[in-house]
Amino acid sequence: MSMSHLTENSAGASSRLLSAAKWRWYEIAFWIVAASLFFVFPTRLALLTEIVTLGLLALSIDLILGFAGIVTLGQGAFFGLGAYAAGIAAKYGMGVAPLSDPIVGLLIAGAVAGAVGFVTSFLVLRGSDLTRLMVTLGVGLIFAEVVNQARSITGGADGLQGVMLSPVLGIFDFDLYAQTAYVYSLGTLFVLFVIARVVMNSSFGLSLKAIKGNPLRSRAIGIPVNPRLIATYTLAAAYAGIAGGLLAQTTQAASPDMIAFHRSADTLLILVFGGAGHLYGGIIGAVAFRLMQDAFSSGSPDVWLAAVLNALPSFLNFWPIPNVLTVIFGLMGPKYWSLWLGLVLVLLVLFVRGGILGLVQSIYVRIFPSRNKVKP
Amino acid sequence: MFHKGFFKGILGAGVALTLATGLPAIAQETVKVGLILPMTGASASTGRQIEAAAKLFIAQNGNKVAGKTIELIVKDDQGTADMSKRLAQELVVNDKVSILGGFGLTPLALAVGPVATQAKVPAIIMAAGTSMIVDQSPFFVRTSFTLPQNTTPIAVWSAKNGIKKVVTLVSDFGPGLDAEKSFKAGFEANGGQVIEQLRAPLANPDFAAFLQKAKDLKPDAVFLFVPSGQGATLMKQVAERGLAQAGIKVIGTGDVTDDDLLNSMGDDLIGMITSHNYSTDHNSPENAAFVAAFNKANPNMRPNFMAAGGYDGMALIYKALEKTGGSTDGVKLVEAMKGLAWTSPRGPISIDPATRDIIQNVYIRKVEKKNGQLYNVEFDTIPNFKDPTHK
Repeated sequence: MSMSHLTENSAGASSRLLSAAKWRWYEIAFWIVAASLFFVFPTRLALLTEIVTLGLLALSIDLILGFAGIVTLGQGAFFGLGAYAAGIAAKYGMGVAPLSDPIVGLLIAGAVAGAVGFVTSFLVLRGSDLTRLMVTLGVGLIFAEVVNQARSITGGADGLQGVMLSPVLGIFDFDLYAQTAYVYSLGTLFVLFVIARVVMNSSFGLSLKAIKGNPLRSRAIGIPVNPRLIATYTLAAAYAGIAGGLLAQTTQAASPDMIAFHRSADTLLILVFGGAGHLYGGIIGAVAFRLMQDAFSSGSPDVWLAAVLNALPSFLNFWPIPNVLTVIFGLMGPKYWSLWLGLVLVLLVLFVRGGILGLVQSIYVRIFPSRNKVKP
Repeated sequence: MFHKGFFKGILGAGVALTLATGLPAIAQETVKVGLILPMTGASASTGRQIEAAAKLFIAQNGNKVAGKTIELIVKDDQGTADMSKRLAQELVVNDKVSILGGFGLTPLALAVGPVATQAKVPAIIMAAGTSMIVDQSPFFVRTSFTLPQNTTPIAVWSAKNGIKKVVTLVSDFGPGLDAEKSFKAGFEANGGQVIEQLRAPLANPDFAAFLQKAKDLKPDAVFLFVPSGQGATLMKQVAERGLAQAGIKVIGTGDVTDDDLLNSMGDDLIGMITSHNYSTDHNSPENAAFVAAFNKANPNMRPNFMAAGGYDGMALIYKALEKTGGSTDGVKLVEAMKGLAWTSPRGPISIDPATRDIIQNVYIRKVEKKNGQLYNVEFDTIPNFKDPTHK
């Protein structure tokens, strides 16, 4: 290996590292499109709002899994803590600022979840992947039970009722069409995304990538591994808390299933589905997951079946074709959406590495091999 | 990082999907009814019973009423409150439904209340049973039951039939607390004594420890309430603890001896006494026709009290539309629903004009074996019984 080769390599590396921090046109387009959905789908804003909160939760998992390499099943705990913190604040604010102010509520949610994240991060640092998985799972279960038992504060299994918010910025009330809710949540997501992007492209973020790649070696070259992991875990917990706060505020309720295990598992799935380690993976995964779920679970299979059977040419109308169609359509609609969603997920995981983003990237590389020279 | 052209595909796919799912099918003469039900998850049986019953009602009565075509839209909220609320919002603003319905559990109904109020859309509670739900929105109307309504009769019956000391065991959420309170009130007003009140968690319950504690207290009877779907687990553990062998009677609301699951619970249940608003075995021509048609359309299901709530919910919607001459104005529909009375598969029912809650017969029943199958056989009736906790 010659000297010149080495310098060339390191120059290439540093320029690549720097260029990653630059905003690309498609990133700008992404956010413009997200904002324009407000006008394109004025009647689907409630769904879009939910996708935004889910995307924010997935982003928080991306910070610790995609960047720091900690596998977690406990992010739902911080999400739920944030939801209850924001919900309880708004409830005792009785709809009047400052306690019922949405933005104050989000700050409370983030602070509470972040504080708990900081304290529990010391547990998570102990042990290897499997131990961490169990610890995060255990922490989640503990808080779920606390919420269930503390009926006088949280409303127990019935959920927290009477969450009343003052208008956003003192002007915009939450409305039936979810217009305020969408703009408010998307704005929050954007601000937090920009912060995460800056942090992950800084030397701090790069050191996290090194830790993820090889913690022992990172420690040997002088990276303070544990403090970095604690900081990331705390940040991710605060993000999850804010996501929970957003959901509690936009649905004006908090319920035990917001802190339940399935939130953690679903969202981890969503991140893997979208592609971990890109910051955008969680958001895109949330969009794809919820839209597919909505598509698979809505619609009226009976009507479709009747239409298909009517349109079936007579030469195809023999056994077992109508019977097979009946079975297939019988599996559509609100009862069995998880079957189809599961099928898509299994196929994606089996045949595509890196989720949706990985799929798009590999297609792109195949179509334009020449533009991919800088790939390591 | 990823490359150019990266988002084109994703956005294209997203837009196509949203278009495919969000196509508005607005016809002036169509009245859309949106049912929000738990079709998956722990309460899935509730959703499936109600959906089957609502579809049966439409199949039997045609989809035309007062010159309008009824279109049923069923959405799965997975038993989570934030989803119920979001679906209610979407059904109103996107699908433009005129009437909402369903609501498998109390928290799910409560989440929808503000949407119904804000949008002025009637919301028919076909399952959830906490008494106070109807007070949370002037657009709530109930066709299911309330826990005080179903619990008070068994409390009174027990006190008058030689049971002196009772331990209550309920699920720790709204309806369970309603049942606990109503039982104590009804039982102690008639000379009984509740010696201990136990509450089991709603999610993933294990009743063993609670049942052992109840057994150790040596009461004359244990009163049980769990929501629809959990009865089988509970009764299996009741049999394992040997309450019957210890001479302790087991009583409860009919939620425990849910008709949908009763057959799988085993012969240990024979003789168990409950009070409830509906039994598959109810002896009336209306119910015989209902059960036969339900079984024909759904060969593997037995209609339970959830099905009755869904069936009567649709009946209420049809009757109200007839009364308004097809007008879908929410305020007019709710006004039309107040005071409506008819004979349902469960017997005579009516909507209390003051509370928008249901008035119905409550029956005292005993589990018996008939033609090799277990049934709740009714032997006493408390006619036109109103929720005693409503003012």
